[in-house]
Amino acid sequence: MKHKVVDAKDVVIRFAGDSGDGMQLTGSLFANTSAIYGNELSTFPDYPAEIRAPKGTVSGVSGFQVHIGSENVTTPGDYCDLLVAMNPAALMANAKWCKRNAMILVDSDAFDEAGMAKSGFKTDNPFLELKVEDRNIIAAPITSLTEESLKDSGMDPKSVHKCKNMFTLGMACFIFDRPLDYVLQYLENKFGKKHPEMVAPNQKVLKDGFNYAANLQMVPDTYHIAPAKLKKGTYRNITGNQATAWGLMAAAEKAHLQLFCGSYPITPATAILEELAIYKSLGVKTMQAEDEIAGICTAIGASYAGSLAVTTTSGPGLSLKSEALGLAVMTELPLVVVDVQRAGPSTGIPTKTEQTDLNQALYGRNGECPIPVVAAHSPAHCFDAAFSAAKIALEHMTPVMLLSEGFLGNGSEPWLIPSMKDYPEIKPPFATKLPQDGKFKPFERDPETLVPRWALPGQKGFEHRVGGLEKNHDGVLSSAPEIHQMMVDERAAKVRKIADYIPELKVDGPQEGNLLVVGWGGTYGHILSAINEVRQEGKEVSYAHFDYIFPVPRNTGKVLGGFRKVLVCELNSGQFAGYLRTLFPEAEIIKCNKVQGQPFLVGELVDAINKALE
Amino acid sequence: MASLSFKDFKSDQEVRWCPGCGDHAVLAALQRALPMVSQSLNYEKERYVVVSGIGCSSRLPYYMDTYGFHSIHGRATAISTGIKVANPWLTVWQACGDGDALAIGGNHFIHAIRRNVDINIILFNNQIYGLTKGQYSPTSKFGAITKTSPYGTVEHPFNPGSLVLGAKGTFFARSLDVTLKLTEEVMTAAALHDGCSVMEMLTNCVIFNDGAHKSISDPAFREDRTIVLRHGEKMVFGKNHDKGLVLNGMGLRVVTIGEGGFTLDDVLVHDAHCQNAGIHMMLADMKYPDFPVALGVIRDVKDVTYDDGVRDQVKEVTRTSNIHCVDDLLHSGSTWEIE
Repeated sequence: MKHKVVDAKDVVIRFAGDSGDGMQLTGSLFANTSAIYGNELSTFPDYPAEIRAPKGTVSGVSGFQVHIGSENVTTPGDYCDLLVAMNPAALMANAKWCKRNAMILVDSDAFDEAGMAKSGFKTDNPFLELKVEDRNIIAAPITSLTEESLKDSGMDPKSVHKCKNMFTLGMACFIFDRPLDYVLQYLENKFGKKHPEMVAPNQKVLKDGFNYAANLQMVPDTYHIAPAKLKKGTYRNITGNQATAWGLMAAAEKAHLQLFCGSYPITPATAILEELAIYKSLGVKTMQAEDEIAGICTAIGASYAGSLAVTTTSGPGLSLKSEALGLAVMTELPLVVVDVQRAGPSTGIPTKTEQTDLNQALYGRNGECPIPVVAAHSPAHCFDAAFSAAKIALEHMTPVMLLSEGFLGNGSEPWLIPSMKDYPEIKPPFATKLPQDGKFKPFERDPETLVPRWALPGQKGFEHRVGGLEKNHDGVLSSAPEIHQMMVDERAAKVRKIADYIPELKVDGPQEGNLLVVGWGGTYGHILSAINEVRQEGKEVSYAHFDYIFPVPRNTGKVLGGFRKVLVCELNSGQFAGYLRTLFPEAEIIKCNKVQGQPFLVGELVDAINKALE
Repeated sequence: MASLSFKDFKSDQEVRWCPGCGDHAVLAALQRALPMVSQSLNYEKERYVVVSGIGCSSRLPYYMDTYGFHSIHGRATAISTGIKVANPWLTVWQACGDGDALAIGGNHFIHAIRRNVDINIILFNNQIYGLTKGQYSPTSKFGAITKTSPYGTVEHPFNPGSLVLGAKGTFFARSLDVTLKLTEEVMTAAALHDGCSVMEMLTNCVIFNDGAHKSISDPAFREDRTIVLRHGEKMVFGKNHDKGLVLNGMGLRVVTIGEGGFTLDDVLVHDAHCQNAGIHMMLADMKYPDFPVALGVIRDVKDVTYDDGVRDQVKEVTRTSNIHCVDDLLHSGSTWEIE
């Protein structure tokens, strides 16, 4: 069977199946294969909160979308070129994401009467019912072909069925002209030591899937996606949560401090604690605390004792940490608090992404309690954002909030590996000399930065007391009105001063004009794609993305002042827009918002930008 | 190292507890115990960190001329744990009240004990919320009439000792505010213990719960209503040293030596180091008037500490890993070259 090979600039593949079908693994193996092949890529795991929801139901569908291309891949893609649906429920949940000319690959064995009924189909033609009957539908009996492939393996039926995803992956690799080497090696490494008997069957099924697709008339074309023209160097794939953990370790190394992480497991932040727990050889101490409050309080204790201290969480956990955040502000101790945001309020939709914790990060505490807020804008950027958050915390003696998002934490992208020699040293303001009267004054400030000195327990002669009660510069308790006013003002000014130490806001496009599009956090790739599309239509639009939210970069007012209108795009009901309005009341701020637990679609942003340009 | 004295641990801050409050005596005992501890363990003063939560007793760090951290309600135990794990060289003392440690901070309290973090917890138990002016606490007696229980509480109190032992605590001791020498003795033993040491101090709140412990602490009958336990010594008590504890079936029984056929030989010898906590639990649970209230070190057993465990794991993994700097980490695992 000869297939026509089509050169494609980029393609989007969505793997969907039951949460036990191994779609996350299939998707990430396909992504890694493409990364090593040299493509640009972006991934988006979209999975349910239930580990194993009722089999075959729509609520149990787990998806993994991967976008590969030769250039400008900045998002996981809105709609897909290939949808893999391992059962009727996966088709039901995902058919709406198919492009007009998409291929749909289904396991026809799963489309029996029971499967159809469980997923809520009312007719016996699922494709017609979902109005996708005109797409290229490849109905392959994947379950029975996998059984056939392994009939001589002696494996039990349950184990055989677990190999179905490799058959699917083999087919996808054929369709998109991917070599199998990486996956074959992966299987060797994964099972080699503990389950050597699993290596050969999985490899066989993978190859059989590949060959089956090659012999199949139903596959009309195959696609070739040329490698991207990437900068020379060594690359790796990295998820946002991994990059966050690594950025924190990098900061500890540059500060010559031990890293301490006190955390409580919570979706989607848990992977940061899991990652940090591995690297004890870098001197990292992790504590899985008894609750969120103990997570931050052990971190505050460790900070007081002289560690780079971190606590990681998601929205509901951040709520629990609020009181202790105030303590860190009052004691002026360095601390990084990572919030990997998820859909709220309350438990909300734990596995879905959102940017709805911004107000909580900025304001969610009692009293006048300013905390710097930094946001990551892509999975790999989590490394730099975490490094920067830790640097600010340590050099300015303050807790710092690092906002990530489920979309960033679980998403991955190829990353040109940096060298630590290109990162600056971090210099905490350690107390080294006692004043002439021999008494250390814990809240006496550097006149330039307003930062107090850091004296560590164990330092002879620097014994002092800190705590949540208001104190004067000497560390003596005081409820005097003028002292409280002074300390409130100084703590706020200290944080505002950080603006002098962070980069200015960059504008992509003309510095003045009709419309400035503004974003922050994980919407970066989507907004960038939308901006490029709008520009291709010949329109002029500028873009500024905030990595530093509080304090805002020094030139923010000047940037906003250069435009007639400012369109703030964010995955909440307008929290950053409201914040900017408060800071810059003269700016004409309009909004583009979405609160569906899902990232923006590029198309939605293009529409919003075009409307703003009218 | 120059030897330290009582004065070295006294800060320049004015002590602001009510006159007659039991906390004064506990503070004095600590300021007396630490110089002795420093002497025997060769500890410098800068090595001490005193941590507290919120409540009257949590003011204690301000009165100690050591490193101090007055934190937030209930969380002292978590802060202490972080300090000790981050720097095990430090020696951490913690002051907390019955509301602070057992109500709002109950979770941290049992988990620090379960983990056996090497910290020394002084639990000031006055059976009342003092700082908020007189509400019942988790140790208030059943039926206690307070501002929030005007008709008497309808809830059972915690016995801190059984809570500690139930969480597999390795050290539990009890003393009274009025028995200064015993408190010093208990504190010294706690300092020498590797692991989580809990010292329950039965303190008097003169304003909101005056006389809560009077039935056992009054010198007129203290010796008849309490028993001071010391490892290796007979469980004998009473003004005339004529009462003792014996095993009776599955439980304990108070006998008079020389009466009913009981001799000194029948009286139990205290074994604080016994791993089995059965008898320790019975001793910690003893209540007047059926039994004397047990004072002194009730349990003091060896077990691996959490902070040592964390430190040893870091050492061990460092020895076997080939990742020793962040550049190693960045290039570990699957990478590829773009030419």
